[in-house]
Parts: sequence; C-alpha cells; structure tokens
Amino acid sequence: MSEPGLARERTWLAWRRTLLVAAGVAVLAARMAAVEGEPLLVALALAGWTALSAVAFRRYFSRRAGPGPALPLFALLTVGYTALGALLVLNR
Amino acid sequence: MAGVLGMIRRWFDTEEVRRVGTTPDYRFSLANERTFLAWIRTGLALVAGGLATAQFLPPLPIAHLREVISVALLLLGGLVAVRAVDRWARTERAMRLGRDLPASRFPALLAILVGLGAVLLVVAVLVRAFQ
Repeated sequence: MSEPGLARERTWLAWRRTLLVAAGVAVLAARMAAVEGEPLLVALALAGWTALSAVAFRRYFSRRAGPGPALPLFALLTVGYTALGALLVLNR
Repeated sequence: MAGVLGMIRRWFDTEEVRRVGTTPDYRFSLANERTFLAWIRTGLALVAGGLATAQFLPPLPIAHLREVISVALLLLGGLVAVRAVDRWARTERAMRLGRDLPASRFPALLAILVGLGAVLLVVAVLVRAFQ
C-alpha cells in the first residue's frame, strides 16, 4: 500500500481504537444504570455507542476532505457520557 | 457569551476553518485528527475511571470521598473531550496560516491533577489500613 493510503488507514484505525474504548464506557454506564434499575438509561448508554459508531463510519466513508461535524459530535457524545455518569452517581 | 457561541459554531462549521490560509498536506490534517482521537480516548478513559470508581470501589473512610473522586474523574473526562475539539480547530487554523502551533499548559495541568488524585487515593487507602 502506498504512503497516502497508509495515513488514511492509520486514521481509521485510530477511530476504531476510540470506538473500542467508548464501548467499554458504554458497558460500564449501562451496568451502573441496570444495577440502579433504570432501563431507560441502560438503553440511552447503549444508544450513545451506536451514535458514536455512526459518526465514525460516516466520517470514514464520506467523500469530503475534511472531517465535517464528526469531531465536535464525537466530543459532544463523550460529554454526554460524563452527564449520564454524574446523573447515575448522584442519583444513587 | 457571544464569543463562546461563536467558538462552538466554528467547531461544527469546519468549512469556516477551511476558508483561511491554504490547505496543508492532508497527511498533517490526518495526524491532527489522530491527535484529537488520542485526546478523546484519554477523556473516555477518565470517564470510564469515574464510572468504575462509583461501582467497584468500596466506600472510603472519608464520607462521600468515593462519589467526589468519581464525579471529579467524570468532569475531567468531559473537559478533556471539549478541549480536544478546541485544540483540533486551533491547530488546523495554525497549519493553514503557516503559523506556530498553539502552545498549551493543559497537558501539564492534567498531569498534576491526576498525580494529586493518585496521592489522595493512596492516603485514603493508608488511612483505612491503619484504622
């Protein structure tokens, strides 16, 4: 593979690594919500990960040169997990 | 307030970033994106730490210390994620204009905070061990 292809590949691998870490966060949040008996928040925690995957795949397969709104959306969803986590901790 | 709103608009409207200067070698832009993702992973790891602390750490001898540590880690993770976007946009702009990359005290600050948190936990563990 040529060097230009490698830069793109490395970036895609970085997105996938990030999705893997996010899956861990989603499972931890979902577990906490399940223990507290909040099925709605379990669904929310798992839906967050689905949204993150959608953003990552859209970024990778889009024809645009720039990342578009993918980066701020990704950060926003991370902040969403912060809010969900804080809610679960304080609600206990 | 208008400044903050304008900054948030710039984060989402990446076309605005692209209107200044000239497009750098796309490999540099991709490297900038990977740096952003590395910061997001750092933020997610802090959020995971906060969630794990709340669920798996037994209550500490100091009342509510566990909850305080947990919420602090969660907030720190969110802060790292927001800063990652801002940093990405600033770096992209600097590369387009051929300027120096923006300097930042944030990594040092984060290191000190994490270090202090670790010391706090060591003290909490020792206090319980000698009780």
